Amino acid sequence: MGAPGLIGRSIERKEDYRFLTGQGQYTDDVSLPNQSYAVFVRSPHAHARLRAVKTSDAARSPGVLGIITGKDMAAVGGLPCGWLITSLDGTPMKEPKHPVLAEDKVRYAGEAIALVVADSLQQAREAAALVEVDYDVLPAVADTATATQAGTAVHEQAADNVCFTWGCGDKSATDAAFARAAHVTTMEYVNNRLIPNAIEPRAANAVHHRADDSYTLYVANQNPHVERLLMTAFVLGLPEHKVRVVAPDVGGGFGSKIFLYAEETALVWASKRIDRPIKWTAERSESFLADAHGRDHVTRAELALDKDGKFLGLRVHTTANLGAYLSTFGSCVPTILYGTLLAGQYATPAIYCEVKGVFSNTAPVDAYRGAGRPEATYLVERMVEMAARELRIDPAELRRRNFIRSFPYTTPVGLTYDTGDYEATLARALQLADVDGFAARRAASARKGLLRGIGYSCYLEACGLAPSNVAGALGARAGLFEAGEVRVHPTGKVTVFTGSHSHGQGHETTFSQVVAEKLGIGFDDVDIVHGDTAKVLFGMGTYGSRSLAVGGTAIVKAVDKIIAKGKKIAAHLLEASDADIEFSGGEFRVAGTDRKKTFAEIALTAYVPHNFPLDKLEPGLNENAFYDPTNFTYPAGTHICEVEVDPSTGQVRVDRFTACDDFGNVVNPMIVEGQVQGGVAQGLGQALLEACRYDAEGQLLSGSYMDYAMPRADDLPNVKVETLAGTPCTHNPLGVKGCGEAGAIGSPPAVMNAITDALAPLGVRDVPMPASPYAVWTAIRAAARH
Amino acid sequence: METQYHRPSSVAEAAKLLGGDARLLAGGQSLVAAMKLGLASPSALVDLRGISGLDGIRTEAARVTIGAMATHASVAASRDVARAIPALAQLAAGIGDRQVRSCGTIGGSLANNDPAACYPAAVLGLGATIQTDKRQIPADDFFLGLFETALRPEEIITAVHFPIPERSAYEKFRQPASRFSIVGVMVAKTGANVRVAVTGAGSCVFRSRELEAALTRKFAPESCDGVQVDAKGLNSDLHGSAEYRAHLIPVLAKRAVARALG
Repeated sequence: MGAPGLIGRSIERKEDYRFLTGQGQYTDDVSLPNQSYAVFVRSPHAHARLRAVKTSDAARSPGVLGIITGKDMAAVGGLPCGWLITSLDGTPMKEPKHPVLAEDKVRYAGEAIALVVADSLQQAREAAALVEVDYDVLPAVADTATATQAGTAVHEQAADNVCFTWGCGDKSATDAAFARAAHVTTMEYVNNRLIPNAIEPRAANAVHHRADDSYTLYVANQNPHVERLLMTAFVLGLPEHKVRVVAPDVGGGFGSKIFLYAEETALVWASKRIDRPIKWTAERSESFLADAHGRDHVTRAELALDKDGKFLGLRVHTTANLGAYLSTFGSCVPTILYGTLLAGQYATPAIYCEVKGVFSNTAPVDAYRGAGRPEATYLVERMVEMAARELRIDPAELRRRNFIRSFPYTTPVGLTYDTGDYEATLARALQLADVDGFAARRAASARKGLLRGIGYSCYLEACGLAPSNVAGALGARAGLFEAGEVRVHPTGKVTVFTGSHSHGQGHETTFSQVVAEKLGIGFDDVDIVHGDTAKVLFGMGTYGSRSLAVGGTAIVKAVDKIIAKGKKIAAHLLEASDADIEFSGGEFRVAGTDRKKTFAEIALTAYVPHNFPLDKLEPGLNENAFYDPTNFTYPAGTHICEVEVDPSTGQVRVDRFTACDDFGNVVNPMIVEGQVQGGVAQGLGQALLEACRYDAEGQLLSGSYMDYAMPRADDLPNVKVETLAGTPCTHNPLGVKGCGEAGAIGSPPAVMNAITDALAPLGVRDVPMPASPYAVWTAIRAAARH
Repeated sequence: METQYHRPSSVAEAAKLLGGDARLLAGGQSLVAAMKLGLASPSALVDLRGISGLDGIRTEAARVTIGAMATHASVAASRDVARAIPALAQLAAGIGDRQVRSCGTIGGSLANNDPAACYPAAVLGLGATIQTDKRQIPADDFFLGLFETALRPEEIITAVHFPIPERSAYEKFRQPASRFSIVGVMVAKTGANVRVAVTGAGSCVFRSRELEAALTRKFAPESCDGVQVDAKGLNSDLHGSAEYRAHLIPVLAKRAVARALG
């Protein structure tokens, strides 16, 4: 039975049954025969020379199977960075070795020094406490803004702690734009450092198989093939085909599980030496210290406008904290994924952006939901709103004057937007948010002694990462295509293998909808397999809102090949020419006749080829496809936030939040809304609650939920979400753009614009993120003193 | 490091098991977490949950007596408490989360004397008396400093006696992450006597004499306006400076008075 109209329907997620009934299989659920357990000894100091690592007492502790230190692993490679950034002066970024286990020095609090393996976790813990490390503590570099003048080098190769000074855009054209500006808005601000906090902590379980000298690694990861490639080719020197990486059910990633980390690499290496499967699951306190963090920019930005409020130029200088080592994508997040987004939705003719990437004695910083694009959006949308306030122009009107209105549009920072309709999302958001009723609500708040404010954010992101040739020209050391395989079984049931990885996104549902509709078969006749290098032919994984746009397209291409082959089989059976066969609703039909074969009949024929064109066609019905996108996709929309601020305490309450988005075509509206809701929650977390703070010695002050505030249900308003029919992407067959990061990208500036709007009558110009009660009160008090 | 576990069936038996590094286990909401983090490693745990009769709630004409092992959830749900001292029920309902309230006990909270805990503010603000297996300790003598109380090493809290005030209310301003108090203020009025206890702001719960003086003159919200609380000695951390806490104390006291009168 065909299933028309599956695409576009809010079908309940097929994976939820197992998640909601406790049947999910996460890495920590995998226990192997003869399982052993690992604990890492971590540095309590942010910066220290290792005089000695003494393991003899620990090695004698009960149950200990082995202790591995940096010395043991000194011969293996460092953890690689996947993106080469070239500085303005033409020199490549500094790439000091990122050792799996610290060798001569530790460079951040929490860096792994030794791996202790024992029969039980408790024995491993007890032995780890007996490892004696003799530290020569050094001064630490902990502050982003002053890292270049710290007087202490994190790495010898970078005496001033500068990894690269990268730029994009046209500096002289931008300077010229400022020279003729009628008004310049200037802001300095911090994009606050965040700690990812997926609900499932990182985990790994590695086993060496003596029979064929191969390995299996179970790991909580977003891209198992990339994990394998980086680990085998760049670090351990193992044959790629001898390592199987399985990323089973994964409980959230948000970017933090893209990267090749030290822990799983050490486990794989040690599993052969110790000859036992070794399992490690991060404690939450380890996650705080040693997962890659996000954001952490210090920026000065200037926006030049003419007398009519038209943007003339945008000039940006950012210092981005990279942490102690370059993580897998650490270098491209604050550059390629940031500077190129600074046009936003606006036809700003000249943009120049310079980014200094600095090393510090803090955990590595890498992609976190949005990855560079939230930082760019925050900058653009705060600047635009501030300019509107300074010029006393309605902030929606100022945006309208500057919207890009004809497509394709090439920005001054290197991207070409294929399509969009920014007026549509703005206009609808203004309606949904009842902006007309704001003045009355503000008056009502004032009667309660509260200050009400409203803030907009018209965001744009580049998703569907990425055209490989473009990425390669920009320094990527990997391709960014995706692979898919469609395996039709003899009964016409279908298993789809995708290189994308689902860790909350609902791919098993969304991809099934696409395949079932294209093949005209039942939704339940399709299963999606992902996350295993032994099953899936290849994959680049899930990040950058790419899975449907890139991974889904690869699947569609494979489906198209299935249909093309099916037509040839049908033509043979129906004694017609290939060109006369039409396929729709699960039936192959001779055009203009009632002669037809069902999809299941063709599948059976392919596997029981008694009457089959064997001279022209192979039996079987199984197709692969690789898809490399020709452009990024450009989701966009408008977020509107309304807050009430209590000036006596600084407490901010988000009263209402509206998100109106254009994601192109939508396969499952419920899943899309869930992505927006979740993304907005994370964005509100950044704006109001989350602050990763190190002290001057590089100690993590916000190292637990006692001090790091994650958003909870009662911190959040009901978020009104509407996805417009929108402007379908012009260069992928599904017309989809991606929705996974939009909520986290668009929302922080809307919140902060609302808070600063509320506080403007008190003379407050800006409040830092997160706008905690203390931060808001401090800003109010500072303004009162002026 | 081995930890012995005991589950006595009487207070007397429990007292005999104390000594050395043995610790009493009540609801375990602080101690067990500290043990998991390696911050506490007692030689023995003496679990009070096997002793019957320690978790009762009893109302008399002028006072409410709450057994040391009464959980926050049971105090929050008690109709007797809600009728006699609604502020106390409301305070208990705002401690931690549902799981914490179902396990955590009033006796455990008081013996721990966390500087940001709610119950110390209730006990000091309402002028309660701590009943132990050996004696009665007035609230004003009980809280000595950071995690420090007047309890002797082998002394066990068995109950807390709360005098019923005419009016009282508790206002808590939550730290965004832990949701402990950045500042919590308990205000209670009985006759001409006004007590104002502040938790979260200092190293230990304390009475604000400035606010008590102002509110004794007139028990009205506006009496708190303009009262200056000295920031000296108050806590400063990621979530608020001493100045911020000093600022919040009269703000919250004002709200508490309004609620007490409302």
